[in-house]
Amino acid sequence: MLRDTWLVFCRVMLPVLRNPVAIVFGLAQPLLYLGLFGPLLGDTGWQWFVPGLLVQMALFGTAYAGFSLLPEVRTGVMERLRVTPVSRVALLVGRVGKDVVLLVVQGLLIMLAAMLFGFRASPGEILLGLGLVALLGIAIGSASYAIALKVKLEYVFASVLSSTIVPLMLLSGVLLPMSNGPKWLYWLSRVNPLAHVVDAERSIFNTGSALLGLISASALVLVGVYYGVRTFHRESA
Amino acid sequence: MIKARGLARRFTTKSGPVDAVRGVDIDVAEGELVGFLGPNGAGKSTTLRMLTTLLRPTAGEAIIAGHDLLTDPAGVRRNIGYVGQKNGASLDQQVGDELDFQARFYGLSKHDARRKVADLLERFELQGMEKRAVITLSGGQQRRLDIAMGMLHDPRLLFLDEPSTALDPQSRRNLWEHIRQLKADGTTVFLTTHYLDEADFLSDRLLVIDHGSIVGEGSPDELKNSVSGDLVVLGTPQASIVATKFDNAVVDGEKVSFRVPNGDRALPGLLRDLGDLGVELHSVQVHRPTLDDVFLTMTGRSLREEADAA
Repeated sequence: MLRDTWLVFCRVMLPVLRNPVAIVFGLAQPLLYLGLFGPLLGDTGWQWFVPGLLVQMALFGTAYAGFSLLPEVRTGVMERLRVTPVSRVALLVGRVGKDVVLLVVQGLLIMLAAMLFGFRASPGEILLGLGLVALLGIAIGSASYAIALKVKLEYVFASVLSSTIVPLMLLSGVLLPMSNGPKWLYWLSRVNPLAHVVDAERSIFNTGSALLGLISASALVLVGVYYGVRTFHRESA
Repeated sequence: MIKARGLARRFTTKSGPVDAVRGVDIDVAEGELVGFLGPNGAGKSTTLRMLTTLLRPTAGEAIIAGHDLLTDPAGVRRNIGYVGQKNGASLDQQVGDELDFQARFYGLSKHDARRKVADLLERFELQGMEKRAVITLSGGQQRRLDIAMGMLHDPRLLFLDEPSTALDPQSRRNLWEHIRQLKADGTTVFLTTHYLDEADFLSDRLLVIDHGSIVGEGSPDELKNSVSGDLVVLGTPQASIVATKFDNAVVDGEKVSFRVPNGDRALPGLLRDLGDLGVELHSVQVHRPTLDDVFLTMTGRSLREEADAA
């Protein structure tokens, strides 16, 4: 299993390493937020905004991961992999691993860039912050691949994504504090596990407890990975 | 090598259940090259996907390459090669990398994988293309790469699903030679096709499937002989006289056609008899039945029409 996962990971990582420009392109969106939105929050806003941006990167970076699977399902690539004795779980985990590694690298680069603007973080905080982001990436990435495998069509997958990601993001408070809004909106955001992850990420770089967010993220990992593994098993029966 | 009993697959669709495959029995001995012939939608690919663990049968059982399909699918996967209808190599990978990863998925060590990949690249005339991106290969090259990927672990049993679809005639011929070579090297081959010439040229034995059931079985020659005889076409002004001598004779102007068993041997005697009757002949033709005739006899439909319609 471990060997299979490593092989699948290497197989999907190799094209990225051969063409690392894609990693830089993946940074374009968070850099724009950092440069064109971050300053609106004032000098003291960085400590608050950058952790949220990291969570947003985890959301957008891994939710779209399933798109890479669709051409492989349509051509015979998935089928080819499924007739090999390679573990079904590895087919999922290896791919998610690639996305999470890229996410962590991008997150690190964004934090370093943010430090030029005035963001402050200790190595320990960076490590913890990236760990939480990675957990979220594992959860969302697994679910994304599973949903892609189920819906199979790009346009269906795209509408599934936009109808879930946008509300999840708006209700997580990554851009503005949810407590600024009316009570009903605030309570709606409390139902969104992502909002707790955002809060936790902010606690890591400031003060406060990250416990609730860690629990939220871990629960999402359990659900996402369970759903992903089950789908990969079933669609490969 | 393959022993399947009552293998069936029912799909549930919005308009009710569809029985794609209705309980087929398949026996393939070691070293055989068996063709699985049928029109599009007959259940060929569904059967093949069941035999290769890609699709779980809704009924029936099978032993494939010594492993139980239902209880030990991983064992089946380790021992069979499979080349699907569509191309199996990722377009964003390089040829050498893709082969190498696939070999390692089958459990080969780094060293063994490298050796095996070099060997297969040469065997399938892909040498020097290791560094090429898969997307730059021609259709024929991609197909050969697909087969190479199916052979990485030296499977004793290889499944090919419509191997020559979308290939130009030359690549097709070349592919056929490779498939025959596999058989010569001792690999058992099970292939589906809806091309009669392909089935005829490659197979030791044919299974004919239609509407999810096997409707015929035998060597291409046996199946052709099962169509009642060869078609004899005589050109003569006395066509109607000749027609009275044979059952099922059809007269078309100055032409009369009828079927006789072993036409090539029957013909000399037949011509002598007609000469004795004073029949004057302009032309004589004997047509061996084609697999299309076989298919027509078994299913009442021409495979060629099906293939054209598809």
